[in-house]
Amino acid sequence: MIRMVDPGLLTTVQDGGRWGYQHLGVPVAGPMDPVSHRVANLLVGNPPDRATLEVTLVGPAIEFLADTTFAVAGARFDLSLDAQPLPVNAAGRAGRGSLLRFGRRTAGARAYVAVRGGVEVPPRLGSRSTDLASRLGGLGGRPLRAGDRLDVGAAGGAAALDRRPGRWFQPPAGGARVRFLPGPDPQRFEGRALKRFTRSRFTVGPDSNRMGYRLQGPAIGLADAAPVLSAATPPGTIQVPPAGHPILLMADRQTTGGYAVLGAVITADLGVAGQLAPGDWIAFEACEHGDAVAALIKTEQRLMQLAATSNRRLGPAGTSSRRGPGRRGAVAS
Amino acid sequence: MGTVTDRARPARDWRIRLTGDAAVTLEFAPRIDPGINARVVAAAARVTAGRHRGVRDVVPGYHAVTVYFDPLRADAGRVWTALEEAVTTPAVEADASREVVIPVRYGGGEGPDLEEVAAFAGCSAAEVIRRHTATTYRVYMVGYLHGFAYLGIVDPRIAMPRRETPRLVVPAGSVGIAGRQTGVYPTAAPGGWRLIGRTAVRVFDALRHPPGLFGPGDRVRFEPAPPGAPTAGGMT
Repeated sequence: MIRMVDPGLLTTVQDGGRWGYQHLGVPVAGPMDPVSHRVANLLVGNPPDRATLEVTLVGPAIEFLADTTFAVAGARFDLSLDAQPLPVNAAGRAGRGSLLRFGRRTAGARAYVAVRGGVEVPPRLGSRSTDLASRLGGLGGRPLRAGDRLDVGAAGGAAALDRRPGRWFQPPAGGARVRFLPGPDPQRFEGRALKRFTRSRFTVGPDSNRMGYRLQGPAIGLADAAPVLSAATPPGTIQVPPAGHPILLMADRQTTGGYAVLGAVITADLGVAGQLAPGDWIAFEACEHGDAVAALIKTEQRLMQLAATSNRRLGPAGTSSRRGPGRRGAVAS
Repeated sequence: MGTVTDRARPARDWRIRLTGDAAVTLEFAPRIDPGINARVVAAAARVTAGRHRGVRDVVPGYHAVTVYFDPLRADAGRVWTALEEAVTTPAVEADASREVVIPVRYGGGEGPDLEEVAAFAGCSAAEVIRRHTATTYRVYMVGYLHGFAYLGIVDPRIAMPRRETPRLVVPAGSVGIAGRQTGVYPTAAPGGWRLIGRTAVRVFDALRHPPGLFGPGDRVRFEPAPPGAPTAGGMT
C-alpha cells in the first residue's frame, strides 16, 4: 500500500484507458503520455496496462507503507527517496516507510509512477483510469488527495528491469513538433489554411487540460460557416471552432464533437503532445498514413527491445515475486 | 420508425475515410434523418457483431459511424473493408432497438424553464407537456456526457433554442429541450438546454449492465410522473 502525503498539482490513477464504451458517451481517459506510462510499467516488470499514477507539473510526495519496487518515467523531475537523489526512468526499491519526493521539474509535463503489481483500485467499466469529467474510475473518479491510500496489486511473472530506456526516450523541453494526418474535411477550410497551420508555431493555452489543448496562434480560416453535425472524435483530433483557434483533443476528450476537423495527430506522437505544459510551443508537420504506422512500429520495437535485453532481475530485497513466466501471483507484493 | 428496410439502393450515398491512424469513419449526408441514422446504427451493430481483431470501439453518430482500432493489432484496410461490408449488406435482422419510458415531473423547481417554453410556444404549460410526451423519440447519438442521449425530433412548436448563457450546473435527471432535440442530463453538468422537468430514473450507472439506459437507435417516450413519485435526490 502507498499513501499520498502531498498530492501535487493533479495526480490521477491511469491505466490503458476505458475502451469499449464510447458508444454510450463514456470517454476513454487513460494516460496523456501512453509511452511513458508503458515504460514505467516495463521497468517494474508489470504488464503494459497496469494502473500507474499520472503526475502533472508539480509532483506529489508518496509514502510506501510496505517494501515496494517502483519507477518514475516521463517528465524529468528532481526525485528523492528519503532525501537521497534518485534517477528517473529506472526501477528502484523503497522500504516500508520510505518517502518519494518530487522536486523541480526540468522537462516534460507528466510523469508516471509505477509500482510493481500496479495501483489497485476497483475497475469501472473494465478500466481503472480516472475520468475526471465523468467522475469515474481511479479513486472516486477524482484527483488524489493528501491522506489517500492506494493498494498495490499482485506482481506478474516478469522481472523488474535493471536497465533504462535509451536516448530516444526524452521528454520535450519547452515545446515540440508533432506529426499529423490532414483531413478528412479539407473543403471546410480556406485554401491556404493547411499551409498556414503547418507553418505556424502555436502556444498551448492556459486553459488546456486532460480533455484538450487550446492552441494560441494564428486563426485558421474556415471556408464554410455552416454548423458541423456532431460525430466521433478520435484521440489527437485537431478541431477548429468558428473563431479559428484550434483545439487538440487529448485523453479525456468527449466522445463526440461538432467542429470542423483539420486532421489528427498520429498515435506515435500523442505521448509527445501529452508532455506539453501550458505555455509550451507546439508545431505540426503533415505526414502520410504509412509514416504514422512506421513511427508506431518503431516505438513498439524500442519498447520490446527495452523489455527483452534485460533478463537479469533487480536484487532480491523488496520483492519475492520470482514466479513462473506469465503466471499471475496471488500474493500482493 | 427506426426500422431498416432494404429499398432499391440508389447510387452510393456514403463514403469511408481514415480519421487519423487509428480510426476509420463511414459517413452519409450530414443530416438529422431517421433513415440515415438507422443505417448508421445497423452498420455499427454489424461491425460490432463481427468482433474484428484489434477493434476497440464502434461509435455511431447522427450520420456517421467511427471504428477505433489498435493500429498494431488491426490493419486500417481490414477495418475499412469491414465497414464497407457492413454498409453494403442488405439489412435482414430485426430492429434490435428498445423502447424506454421515462417518467418526468414537469415544471416547478425541477423544470424551471417550462413557463418560458410555454411562452415561446404561445400555449399553456400543460400543452407543452402534452406535446413533449406525445412523440416517440429516437436516440440519434449518445455523447457530450456519459449516457447523454440526443433525442429527436421535438415538436416544432415547443422547439425552443438553447439558452444564450448556459447554466453552470444543471442537476442530474433534468429533462431539457434544445431546438428540435430533447434529452436527460445523466449527471450534474453545465448546460444550456431549456429545463422543463426532471426524472428520478438513473440514466447511467457504471455498475449496471449495460451502464447506459439509452443506446443508439433506441426509442424513448416521456410520460408525466404520477403524483408522489420519488424525487431525484441521491443521483450523482
